[in-house]
Amino acid sequence: MVELVLRMAQAGTLESADCLVTVVPAEEFRLDYRGVNRKLFGERTRKLVMETLERTGFSGMQVTIQDQGALELVIRARLETALRRAVGEV
Amino acid sequence: MNFVKNALGRLVPVGVDGVGAFSPYEGAFARVLKGAPWPAAYPVRKPEPPSRSKVAPSLKTAIERSGLENGMTISFHHHLRNGDKVIPLVLETLLQMGFRDLTFAPSSIPDSHDCVADYVRKGLIRRIWTSGARGEVGRMISRGEMEETVIIRSHGGRARAIEEGSIVIDVAFLAAPACDALGNSAGCSGKSACGSLGYAITDARFARHVIAVTDNLVEYPLHPHISVPQHLVNQVVVVDSLGDPAKIASGAARITRNPLDLKVAENAYRLLAASGILAPGCSFQVGAGGASLAVAAFVRDHLKEKGIQGGFGLGGISGYMAQMLEEGLFRALFDVQSFDSAVTGSMVKNRAHMEIDPSWYANPMNQGCLVHNLDVVILAALEVDTDFNVNVMTGNDGVLRGASGGHSDTAAGAKMAIVVAPSFRGGVPTIKDRVQTLVTPGETVDAIVTERGICINPNRADLWEAAKKANLPLKEITDLKKEVERFTGVPEPVEMDMDRVVAVVEYRDGTLIDSIYRVKE
Amino acid sequence: MRGMRSMLYIPGNAPGMIQNAAVFGADMVMIDLEDAVALSEKDAARDITAGFLRHYDFGDLPVVVRINGADTPFFEEDLEAIVPLKPFAIRLPKCQDPSDVLLADSRMTEIEKRHGMSGGLVPIHAMLESARGIENAYAIATASSRVTALTLGGQDLTADMGIQKTRDGWELFYARSRVVMAAKAAGIAAFDTVWTDFNDPEGLFREARQIVELGFTGKAAIHPSQVDVIHRAFRPDEKEVRKAERIVAAAAEAERQGRGVVAVDGKMVDAPIIVRARHLISLAGLYGMEGGEAQ
Repeated sequence: MVELVLRMAQAGTLESADCLVTVVPAEEFRLDYRGVNRKLFGERTRKLVMETLERTGFSGMQVTIQDQGALELVIRARLETALRRAVGEV
Repeated sequence: MNFVKNALGRLVPVGVDGVGAFSPYEGAFARVLKGAPWPAAYPVRKPEPPSRSKVAPSLKTAIERSGLENGMTISFHHHLRNGDKVIPLVLETLLQMGFRDLTFAPSSIPDSHDCVADYVRKGLIRRIWTSGARGEVGRMISRGEMEETVIIRSHGGRARAIEEGSIVIDVAFLAAPACDALGNSAGCSGKSACGSLGYAITDARFARHVIAVTDNLVEYPLHPHISVPQHLVNQVVVVDSLGDPAKIASGAARITRNPLDLKVAENAYRLLAASGILAPGCSFQVGAGGASLAVAAFVRDHLKEKGIQGGFGLGGISGYMAQMLEEGLFRALFDVQSFDSAVTGSMVKNRAHMEIDPSWYANPMNQGCLVHNLDVVILAALEVDTDFNVNVMTGNDGVLRGASGGHSDTAAGAKMAIVVAPSFRGGVPTIKDRVQTLVTPGETVDAIVTERGICINPNRADLWEAAKKANLPLKEITDLKKEVERFTGVPEPVEMDMDRVVAVVEYRDGTLIDSIYRVKE
Repeated sequence: MRGMRSMLYIPGNAPGMIQNAAVFGADMVMIDLEDAVALSEKDAARDITAGFLRHYDFGDLPVVVRINGADTPFFEEDLEAIVPLKPFAIRLPKCQDPSDVLLADSRMTEIEKRHGMSGGLVPIHAMLESARGIENAYAIATASSRVTALTLGGQDLTADMGIQKTRDGWELFYARSRVVMAAKAAGIAAFDTVWTDFNDPEGLFREARQIVELGFTGKAAIHPSQVDVIHRAFRPDEKEVRKAERIVAAAAEAERQGRGVVAVDGKMVDAPIIVRARHLISLAGLYGMEGGEAQ
């Protein structure tokens, strides 16, 4: 049987139009959304992060996003990659 | 503060404390066409007895002799751009001498001068009247740190304000890359050469006291070119260096290689070509870089290919335009401000490359400014709205990060004013329902060109016809807005403190076109 | 007619580039999960590409996705993620023989079934990048009805052959001819390889003219500035277009009169000539050449 474990993981870059997403397993959900669009898309980003976590079955996650002006679909894709990378085999 | 709605529906104050009453904006040419006599106020100056030298022993002495007192107004030009050391030097000296509450009224504030914010905080500067504010200065103003309302003016507007006495400059500190002992000054030679000294000319004419600051005292008389003649200069101060030559005269502006900017520029060029405006004798103005400058490259190829000679280039002149003059693609250049090193040589070599002052350039209230003869201007934008209004002052976060410059002047005057911008930047759409800060009114903007389509102002049915005939990628601005929002989303509105006006935007005719509010943390 | 003259390559892990891909006027776009993406970022590129296919409206711009080959650990997951999103085609790299196509074909069929996809299968563009692949061109082209194009991978092919790719391109003449011939025989499209020197648009134009004359449907572009150059190379000759219009008109006239024989300028014109004339007129339409169909 394969044992899975959650660990810290990252996806994306700090290039323009991209974002760097870091996920760290935690007791509860927390979002730290930084970057140029912090105030302009704060609500939107919060919603998409929560929706993605729910959809992928992760609850306790500390999510940090350093946004360099990425589209919503890019943030979502980077988060999905980070979450998948967070799951490792022991 | 009491407010009134202007003709564009923007709330603007009826007056600014310590400055006076203001009228609300009524239309791009409303005041000009009213034809009411417009005052010109020459300063009261004492005659200078005959002398052979106006060189003061030090900057400090010159200031003492200038009669400058607390609460007075000082001015500078911004021709030394980000290499300027004169503004910080003078401000520091004034601070050391114990001055307070001065009105700082330069033609603009170079990006590099974050230090101005410190001088505000230390009490040296109480008011700022400028064309632009960026960096720490912009942030400071947007945070509401200044008690007095900042006044933003266009280049033409500042010239008008000076000439009518709305700005009374008590002491003008004019950096002069070449200067003789009696104050004859020029900008196109010397180790700190900056090209045109246009803004200095108007300040020198109307300031109560003029101090030329130079790092290159030449043998009398300065020749062959004099921008500011000796009879307007009171004193001369010699310093080691006016600034960093590498940043004053940066390398010749190159055409961008960014494919997105090139696409925008290409679309703008196609519109110009379809409109038929690129005919012999046409006149042209472009920006310093990016898509705006790249349009010049397309136009240059067009003129060469068709063997057309343009009338004049105007600006804001970069090396690229100087090269076009050299190639005979223009008959002349009118230069109010030189953008790069390549221009300095052109001014010296070519008599058709002429220096102008900002009133000649863009003051709408004189007997004919140059922007009113302009055929084409290509302008940038931070954001635009569906009424074709343009914001070049505040960013997506509501913070001051731009300059009015010649934007509203050239848009009003030019036969064809084209705003070029990417349809979205940093994930945020460029086209909004309503711009945060209205600097250039939509009625003066003929087209907004993006990489995803060309939007023609409904008031230009003729242009729309020509563009349609040429099969250009036309889009309704509301459609393009929606198209972009489909993948960017609609940004949440920035929270502004509507009770606190930190700056007002004066239109070129002296009326108020918009207010800038404090940004909530 | 939708053009297929240019295919702009975009790295799959570069959202900044994908979001602007549609702007440069390329007839098609290829998002690359293979050579343009580092090994450690294959998963990220896949997620980004899938995200764009799912949420970004490319309009009528065909988007091809080059997946990683069957000899990599990424092949299965690439197909799994991308096929259900119905890209214009899957570009299958390093096809050596028909079995490579059949393997992908069966995987894709299985994925499509599982997703209840109907209304057309996702096509395959087979990339030939080795000596074996070139020699097997026709067999690969006809291995499955999914295959709608052959593409030449000049970089890998010359490496496989142990030769240099030169500015002149002579060394690729046989390979190009073989690819085009096989494609035409199979009734599918043929795409030419990349021109890597984007500071040499003259060289690109020359090479593009050459491959147009050889009969290629289109060519790869690795930089937006190459798109216009390629389109210029495909622009048909004005006189040829006029002649084509006369041929098509004559054919229509003959049809109306119930005649079997078509004559233009005193010469008999066969069916294949008429087909070519129609194609030329469609191509001319892309350039707004008078008389051609407006795009």
